[in-house]
Amino acid sequence: MAGLAWLIPLLPLASWLYIGLPSHRASTRYDRVGIGAVGIAFLLSLGVLWDVIRGGSAAASFTWAVHGSTAITIGYQVDGLTAVMLVVVTLVSLMVQVYSLGYMHGDRRYKRYYAVLSLFTFAMLGLVLADNLLLLYIFWELVGLSSYLLIGHWFEDPANVRAANKAFLTTRAGDVAMFIGIMILFSQTGTFAFGELGELAQAGAISAQALALGAILLFAGAVGKSAQFPLHVWLPDAMAGPTPVSALIHAATMVAAGVYLVGRAYPVFAASPEAMQVVAWIGGITAIFAATMALVQADIKKVLAYSTVSQLGYMMLGLGLGGYTAGLFHLITHAFFKALLFLGSGSVIHATGTQDMHQMGGLIRKMPITGWTWIIGSAALAGIPPLAGFWSKDEILLTAYYANPTLFWIGVVAAAMTAFYITRATWLTFFGAPRDAERYAQVQESPRVMTVPLVILAVLAATVGFLGAPPLGAPFAQLVHFGEVHHLEMTSVVTWGVTAAWVLGVLVALAIYAGGWISRQRIISGLRPVYTLLKNRYYIDDAYDYLFVKGSIGLAYVVGWLDRVVVDGIVNGVAAITRWFADATGLFDREVVDGAVNGVADGVSVGSQAFRRLQSGLVQSYILAMAVTVVLGLAIFVIGG
Amino acid sequence: MVPLPYVLGLAALLFSLGLYGVLTQRNAVRILMAIELMLNSVNLNLVGFARYLEPDRPGGQLFAIFVMTVAAAEVAVALAIILVIAHRRDDVDIDKINLLKW
Repeated sequence: MAGLAWLIPLLPLASWLYIGLPSHRASTRYDRVGIGAVGIAFLLSLGVLWDVIRGGSAAASFTWAVHGSTAITIGYQVDGLTAVMLVVVTLVSLMVQVYSLGYMHGDRRYKRYYAVLSLFTFAMLGLVLADNLLLLYIFWELVGLSSYLLIGHWFEDPANVRAANKAFLTTRAGDVAMFIGIMILFSQTGTFAFGELGELAQAGAISAQALALGAILLFAGAVGKSAQFPLHVWLPDAMAGPTPVSALIHAATMVAAGVYLVGRAYPVFAASPEAMQVVAWIGGITAIFAATMALVQADIKKVLAYSTVSQLGYMMLGLGLGGYTAGLFHLITHAFFKALLFLGSGSVIHATGTQDMHQMGGLIRKMPITGWTWIIGSAALAGIPPLAGFWSKDEILLTAYYANPTLFWIGVVAAAMTAFYITRATWLTFFGAPRDAERYAQVQESPRVMTVPLVILAVLAATVGFLGAPPLGAPFAQLVHFGEVHHLEMTSVVTWGVTAAWVLGVLVALAIYAGGWISRQRIISGLRPVYTLLKNRYYIDDAYDYLFVKGSIGLAYVVGWLDRVVVDGIVNGVAAITRWFADATGLFDREVVDGAVNGVADGVSVGSQAFRRLQSGLVQSYILAMAVTVVLGLAIFVIGG
Repeated sequence: MVPLPYVLGLAALLFSLGLYGVLTQRNAVRILMAIELMLNSVNLNLVGFARYLEPDRPGGQLFAIFVMTVAAAEVAVALAIILVIAHRRDDVDIDKINLLKW
């Protein structure tokens, strides 16, 4: 079964081609093609996973290009990580596409939407299966493209276009660095393949500096794609896209590609302690930094967006501190509960027509399925046992506790914040009194195509954590591990720290928003500067706007001025000189050459004046001249003869 | 038989008369007639030389006939031109037909 893994990405590819190519049959139900393709891909992925669990694996590659003695190969490989990712990607994609039947119903670009979803699924599956950096990079850019297309799905609104451009350009900044990193590694080893690269890096065949530089630049690509600090700015804006897209691309799969890349190239990172430090610290900073911004968002999707950034930071933190299994396990659990939360928020937005949580409230009475699945998802995110997030977050923090106490405490504080903001969002959305009676009156539960995926994902969000639960033998660790499978001893500090974090977060949030025991206004006015700073996203977006956007525009003005003054000046100068020269030669031509020709003609004309009188027009005078001439000639002939 | 100098003398006389006519007359038709006179003096010369120098061969007489033919054609053309001129300007004075000068 694992040998058929190459077939999995081809199904969405075919679906994309079928939906995306122009068709005259307007009535064709494109959605069913997309769902069917990804459904079969999901079943195949399950088969592959089953095969891999029983010890199977597969890999194949062929030579793509030969340059000198260097052969560039492309191919695919299936191991535990790949198999798990295949299942996650196809499953979430399937759920999202089914959900979109309801959410996107009647959209004017319904066909385009399903076409690009298929393209994205193809690219993401290709990325997961790729066995070398170059092929991965190609798919990496393809997922970026489809992300761009879907963020800008409603491109009538200029704000959405700006968001799409921002996402594309910001990730591109990371991608350029990543490409340089790939080239550095290639120049050192002569191969793109993960397997060989890992072996060479582990064997110390690459100089420490080059390895660190290559790995950190590679990580820069992951920073862009996974919205890590300082390239996190695009992800909250990417919420301009349709909500199911946010669930699939900007929560569960594509943004996890950066984490996946670090996981896939882990032997390279692990061989460079400096690179690992960078990964860990960037992850830790992002985790707490994004969590603080999530505290004050009013837009339900923005809360989830910052939460996603924060959780991705957790994954990086885990990976950077050596918790290979922990980081990737959090990727898997996060994919399920965050997809669930996003689809739940989509259901709420679909029903209320707004994203502002201050206009919601009390929705659980009208939308019980959405509400309860949301609560399961948020509990999983907050890390409440025994849901998925608890197990994975626990593993990461346990790794951090042993590896780096500072980052451990940062993680604990971020966990408390996570519990706070998701409890806040839950309460504002689903509990309390409705704050907008008109909206509330019109709210009704979403159709079944939307609630069924919610229920399925809720079940997974609740249970998938057990795959990594140490009491159950952590089957996930058997499948995805780096080096020997090892379990860290649970300590009471971690247990109590984590528990205290989520309990505190939930209780404070409830105290403020549910009980009203702590006045919200007093906190805001008491911490006015902090609140303003958080509301304005630490002014990072503004700083980028000034530095890069305004800077680029300013640079464009300078270049434009240079172009007008210097380049145009040179061109116009050359033209003027040419014209002047042409004038000079023209003058010479007219005066000297024409003068000579006309002078000759005039000379002939003047010289001939004397002779023209001979042409008198009197025929008889001509004849007389002839006769006289003949007679004279004869006379000379006779006399001289 | 008339001696050759007589013939040549008559031809020279005729030619001179023709030339005189051509040079002095103002009327184009008269000039044409004078030209005919000159042509006939040439014919006389041709026939005379032929008779005295090569009596067995009729080349001279033959040439005389050619000259007459050409003269006839020439007169036809010239008369046509003169006719057109007479129609146009009501006058055939050769001195007034002087368009082709300097």
